[in-house]
Amino acid sequence: MDLKVNDYTTDDGLTVITVEGEIDVYTAPKLREKLIDLVNKGKFHLLVDMEKVEFLDSTGLGVLVGGLKRVRAHDGSLELVCTQERILKIFRITGLTKVFGIHDSIADAEEKRKGAK
Amino acid sequence: MAIVELSFSALPVHVRTARLIVTAVARRCGVDEALLDEVRLAVGEACSRAVEAHRRQCPDEPVRLELAGSGGRFEVTVSDAVPGDDGTGPAGDLAAVGAPEELDFLSDDGVDLGLAVIAGLADDVDISATPKGVQIRMSWPASASLAEAD
Repeated sequence: MDLKVNDYTTDDGLTVITVEGEIDVYTAPKLREKLIDLVNKGKFHLLVDMEKVEFLDSTGLGVLVGGLKRVRAHDGSLELVCTQERILKIFRITGLTKVFGIHDSIADAEEKRKGAK
Repeated sequence: MAIVELSFSALPVHVRTARLIVTAVARRCGVDEALLDEVRLAVGEACSRAVEAHRRQCPDEPVRLELAGSGGRFEVTVSDAVPGDDGTGPAGDLAAVGAPEELDFLSDDGVDLGLAVIAGLADDVDISATPKGVQIRMSWPASASLAEAD
């Protein structure tokens, strides 16, 4: 299955990346390219919506970690929207729940972002 | 004795195919539906690690899988042909893969994370480095043997 990756930026300056499909060793480069492209365009506050991700492996985790490193170099942020237990389990196993902000919805992430300002 | 054997070219695109085949055989072998996601992910991680190792060292050699089911266990062995490349330093040192508090030691290619995922998902894991290459053996409880399944 192909990986579909789209993005839009809210009025608040948050760039939402919606990902649909399987993120693995074959498809992860597409997500990596998207994250690099956004950072190169000066988008440093990213929210990856993973609600339509059907499979995620360590290559995908590595891409997200790489994206986080890149935005942090610009005082930015990379957070996630994910409520799927089977995906959340992978973040828990690897301890990455301590590294990524994980939200229940895009609205929830936007609200917390506004509250933090 | 392995009941199902699979070998595939060391290309990322084939890892998904391997995941699908292993999941189908695991289901046939009576692995609980609730565990199939874990089987799929752990085997995918082992295959991804092997593919990356082959691409660096021996891209023309295939990655091999052996699937066996007997004695109430479904066992998967993923073998690469890269001698001594266990991906972790000391072979089988899964305990060294800890939960990250910081990002500094995490590689972007997911290698460290992959072993952490395998260790967290497989019911039983053994990694051995042999002169022929590295083998990752994983197993899960199963209600039937492959020989019985039809």
